[in-house]
Amino acid sequence: MVSKQITITNPMGLHMRPAGVFANAMMKFDSEVTLVAGGKTVNAKSIMSLMAAGIKCGAQVEVQCSGPDEEAALLEAVRQIESGLGE
Amino acid sequence: MLRGLGVCDGVGLGRALVVCPDKPDWSGARSTGADNEKARLAAAAAAVGRALEEMADAMARRVGEQTAAILAGQSMMLADPFMIGEMNGRIEAGAVAEAAVDEVCGGFIQLFGAAEDELTRQRAADVADLRDRLLRTLLGRQDQDLSAAPAGTVLVARELTPSMTVGLDRQRIAAIVTEAGGAASHAAILARALEIPAVVGVAGALKAIAPGAQVAVDGGQGRVWPEPEEAVRRQLEALRAGWEARRVELARFLDLPTRTADGRAVELCANIGRPEEAAAARGKGAEGVGLFRTEFLFLDRADAPGEAEQLAAYRQAAEAFAQGPVIIRTLDVGGDKKAPCLAMEQEDNPFLGHRAIRYCLDAPELFLTQLRALLQAGAGRGNVRILLPLVTGVEEVRAAKALLERAKEELAAEGKAFDPDIRVGVMIETPAAALAADLLAKEADFFSIGTNDLTQYTLAVDRGNARVAGLYTPYHPAVLRSIRSTIAAARAAGIPVGMCGEAAADPLLVPLLLAWGLDEFSVGAGSLLAIRRVISLWSAAEAAAVEAEAMACADAGAVRACLAAHDKG
Repeated sequence: MVSKQITITNPMGLHMRPAGVFANAMMKFDSEVTLVAGGKTVNAKSIMSLMAAGIKCGAQVEVQCSGPDEEAALLEAVRQIESGLGE
Repeated sequence: MLRGLGVCDGVGLGRALVVCPDKPDWSGARSTGADNEKARLAAAAAAVGRALEEMADAMARRVGEQTAAILAGQSMMLADPFMIGEMNGRIEAGAVAEAAVDEVCGGFIQLFGAAEDELTRQRAADVADLRDRLLRTLLGRQDQDLSAAPAGTVLVARELTPSMTVGLDRQRIAAIVTEAGGAASHAAILARALEIPAVVGVAGALKAIAPGAQVAVDGGQGRVWPEPEEAVRRQLEALRAGWEARRVELARFLDLPTRTADGRAVELCANIGRPEEAAAARGKGAEGVGLFRTEFLFLDRADAPGEAEQLAAYRQAAEAFAQGPVIIRTLDVGGDKKAPCLAMEQEDNPFLGHRAIRYCLDAPELFLTQLRALLQAGAGRGNVRILLPLVTGVEEVRAAKALLERAKEELAAEGKAFDPDIRVGVMIETPAAALAADLLAKEADFFSIGTNDLTQYTLAVDRGNARVAGLYTPYHPAVLRSIRSTIAAARAAGIPVGMCGEAAADPLLVPLLLAWGLDEFSVGAGSLLAIRRVISLWSAAEAAAVEAEAMACADAGAVRACLAAHDKG
């Protein structure tokens, strides 16, 4: 498993649209991708789970990827979050 | 009387249709085997997905893409492989498809409902709506359909769910009342897009309003009367009649050209803040875009938008009009507009500080990216124009044009298509620009008068400061003289001059602006038809007579009184 800490910068947090962008981007990978935020562990390929976690702007999250393409998945996850998830 | 937040102005009277969607009862459903149940679930999800897409398409045609995005959320939820996987898991454990849907959605509804932020809590209603749709589809029941509601229906609901948007139109729905929601709720957005009077956030509405009861709604003031007394009813009826008459009167002007009473053509454009508003404004009568504020691309984000993203936005706006101009203002940050993605320092006097063109000229890479996107957006179309904000002197225009030339050379070298003859205009919004308009006219292809800042800077008044905001008025003789001399300078130089500030949408000022020869009015989409109508009432001779009288007045109060006395609205 590989992982990285990163800060969410979307002004409204991970609401519907950025959550959808992130889940869609993660679905392309075979690895399991999870976000750990504030004690919650969330399946990053599930927009519903991401939204339900209510991750806010400025929150520190840990992205964990585990599987055959874990390195690529982590790179992409970090790139997506850093570039603002389409916002 | 009940109170809430009025989110769409207007008066509605009618009989209450209380929509309190019950969760469909599936207690009679029994599993027909895991494989079969999974197939049922897949078929129901596909059917609901198709229906959502159709609703979104219909909504996009009626009221624009932005509003239709409300429905896109449910499609995204429905496509969540984790959620469907959870449902299939329950089916494999022996559950009937209906139970799997109810349990899994129910879990998410609880999670969403317990969220700290309001936005997420509001989504719980979307999940419940999605669950009910799936259940109805599985059970072979009809969706609720408002298109069967008779004319004069007042829709009363906890929250407007996406399912209720079908058949929601002002022909039948006189008003909307919801218990939930704020100014940004689904109900508010839809009501405004459909122009249905609406009050949201009305606590206790479902209890206080009986199905079929008479209801009166004042969407402007946020007031709702269940079973209104005769006096209230009559008063609101009169209000509504006036409202309706005005709407019908204005609708006549939708497809008419903008002309004065004696036939002079004037251009009437819209101010927009997002690309998708261009097409919506065209639908409301705009002949072009007089001001596209590009700040939306830069605000609320961690890094500045790239060239491709900007180009897509500018092109979308440009393509809304076949020939009509689309005037795009370069980045106007600073003052009261902060962009976290740009390193902007705290300033003691932000309105007199490092903002707009000043900031852009000091950040040439950022500015070049925007200019390159603007040049390419005009490729093969020729209707994109560039507007420079907060100019105070010719050197700023020259510096901006030098950068524009560099952008053209770069694009040519890269073999990219662009508009080599793109027109560059100057926003006249500082006293310096107004006083030196004759000099700026030699450098600019057009002017656009920004009356909000021009008034603020000319009168040295911060309109956000309640103690002095009363001094802020475009009727001040100094502001009017600035506008008059700016228009005269443009005409002397033979360049077109428009106005994009709030003063352009003030019916009282129309005779002055016509008398001076303003070529283009650019107003909010909601004011287009009202201004087109007022322009049609004035001839050059009448406007000149009022202008002479008003400009002889010594103070703002007298000017306003003079203009009001001649008001044709």
